[in-house]
Amino acid sequence: MFDFLVQRAAISVVTLSVISMIVFTGVRMIPGDPARVMAGTEADAAGLEEIREKYGLKDPIPFQYLRWVGLALRGDLGESIRTRESVVKVVATKLPITIELAFLSLLIAVGIAIPAGVLAAVRRNTVWDILTSGASLCGVSVPNFWLGIMLILFFSVRLGWLPASGFVPLWENPLDNLRRMLMPSFVLGTALAAVLMRQTRNSMIEVMSADYIRTAYSKGLAGRVVVFRHAIRNSLIPVVTILGLQMGALMSGAVVTEQIFVVPGFGRLIVESVFTRDYPLVQGVVLITASAYVLINLLVDVSYSLLDPRIRVKGSAGDA
Amino acid sequence: MTPDTTATADALAPARATAPAGRLRRAWRQARHRPASAVGAAVVLLFVAVAIGAPWVASVDPLHADWQKIRKAPTLAHPFGTDDLGRDTFSRVVWGTRISMQAGVFSILLAIAVGVPIGLVAGYYRGGLDQVIMRLTDAWLAFPFLILAIGLVTIMGPSLTNATVAIGLGATPTFIRLTRGLVLSKSAEDYVLGARALGAGDLRLMSRHILPNIVSSLLVQATISIPIAVIAEAVLSFLGLGVQPPAPSWGTMLNTAQQFLDTAPWMAWWPGLAIFSLTLSFNLAGDGLRDLLDPRDY
Repeated sequence: MFDFLVQRAAISVVTLSVISMIVFTGVRMIPGDPARVMAGTEADAAGLEEIREKYGLKDPIPFQYLRWVGLALRGDLGESIRTRESVVKVVATKLPITIELAFLSLLIAVGIAIPAGVLAAVRRNTVWDILTSGASLCGVSVPNFWLGIMLILFFSVRLGWLPASGFVPLWENPLDNLRRMLMPSFVLGTALAAVLMRQTRNSMIEVMSADYIRTAYSKGLAGRVVVFRHAIRNSLIPVVTILGLQMGALMSGAVVTEQIFVVPGFGRLIVESVFTRDYPLVQGVVLITASAYVLINLLVDVSYSLLDPRIRVKGSAGDA
Repeated sequence: MTPDTTATADALAPARATAPAGRLRRAWRQARHRPASAVGAAVVLLFVAVAIGAPWVASVDPLHADWQKIRKAPTLAHPFGTDDLGRDTFSRVVWGTRISMQAGVFSILLAIAVGVPIGLVAGYYRGGLDQVIMRLTDAWLAFPFLILAIGLVTIMGPSLTNATVAIGLGATPTFIRLTRGLVLSKSAEDYVLGARALGAGDLRLMSRHILPNIVSSLLVQATISIPIAVIAEAVLSFLGLGVQPPAPSWGTMLNTAQQFLDTAPWMAWWPGLAIFSLTLSFNLAGDGLRDLLDPRDY
């Protein structure tokens, strides 16, 4: 188990280093002189030179990279060009909003997908199965930004039940916050639910044909007990992995969803920083997003090995 | 040629002639078993036809603004209504098909062109090279698809071509991983080992023995990836990072429509329905194709 963890952690460190190089190089490939962007249009040559000196833009590129990584490791990602606020501080105020959105959509997705997927597998080839598969296919195919617009059209413009946009912090007014987060979370949750539903169904079908399920039935256990006590737990293992891999999609979805519902979260911050050409902010948010993805998948791998002992046995034998 | 081999060749000739017919018959049988996939494939072909024949399908110029007809509800003359500049929404949806298809298909072709050779080399040679390629791919995969595309468009500037390239590069690591995995499993097959024993070189083994055997899986992945790319193009254009106005892209149309939801909701229906039906049909067709080509792998 320990070997497996060390091996996975080492791979993650390598991946994170490569990510930091890609982000660093990427931002430097953006056309335009960063000193001019920082100084604004009115700066003279001396002003530009001063900025280049101050931010070390004249140093060799590898040196600049190492300094940037060193600062990033100490939690300093520079400051926003536009607001002069620290990037870490800006992210720290926006991130909780997106985490709440992601958590609510995860709840909606799991709440829909797992029961529906299990039902479709247990009642295979019945109308339930067909309905679930159809719903899953529609969920994968519907562009979530259009779904968002349609929900606004129906529930806000036509019926006037829910506010179309705006955000109220959770701690200020929890009820109003949830009312405003309902549509964005639903939009973000449906795409995830569609993928999870399919995965749950497939893995449940596989588990239900396993020998130990047959044994459980043959010793006289009720169908309900077999499904709930024996099958679901094992069938959820691949679902957890898919959930980890879907975190990236969730992040991409959050960018669009927050844009439509004007939720001032991390996703909206990404788009804003790109439009305002706020490079330190772009660099910071992209680095944080990619690192979060790597860490989440590391956690998924670890939880996977806790759920399925065979994986860590393989890992310690050195062939995982 | 000895009489024996001639006889064999003669015996094979009719079989060769009937092979395409047999494949067609098999496809037809599959289509009957999977009506949903057949409908999906038919709708995809319909979209292809609309994309190619856009000038004939939509007779009205999609860029022609008419100030007398601003935000008019659907009528016979304008079956999908008109937009905020009095342009015909039907024409714009039809011409938008061309942009969506172009972005969807070309971006995935790019992903295949870049990803498959890299995956092939990684899986075939293994060792250090494989490790380096896979670590780079892992890092590449860690950037959420859309965020990578947004980043690339920022570097390259917003346009349809750049959006297509960005989406293609975003989809590339999936093809690298898939190809590598498939190559790893095929390299150990007896027929590959046999060809190697007969003296076939690396290039020949890869191009003649391994690649043809993994094409069907790659094709299936392509049909799954194209609808994702279509949505990605719409999203980039919706965010203002793809096709620039006044060009008729479904994403930019939805962006404009969002401002007029209370007075002109039809502006939001049609482009969205178009994206939905195109991606749904691709997914349906893809499901059928997967069963047809790759019954074992899935």
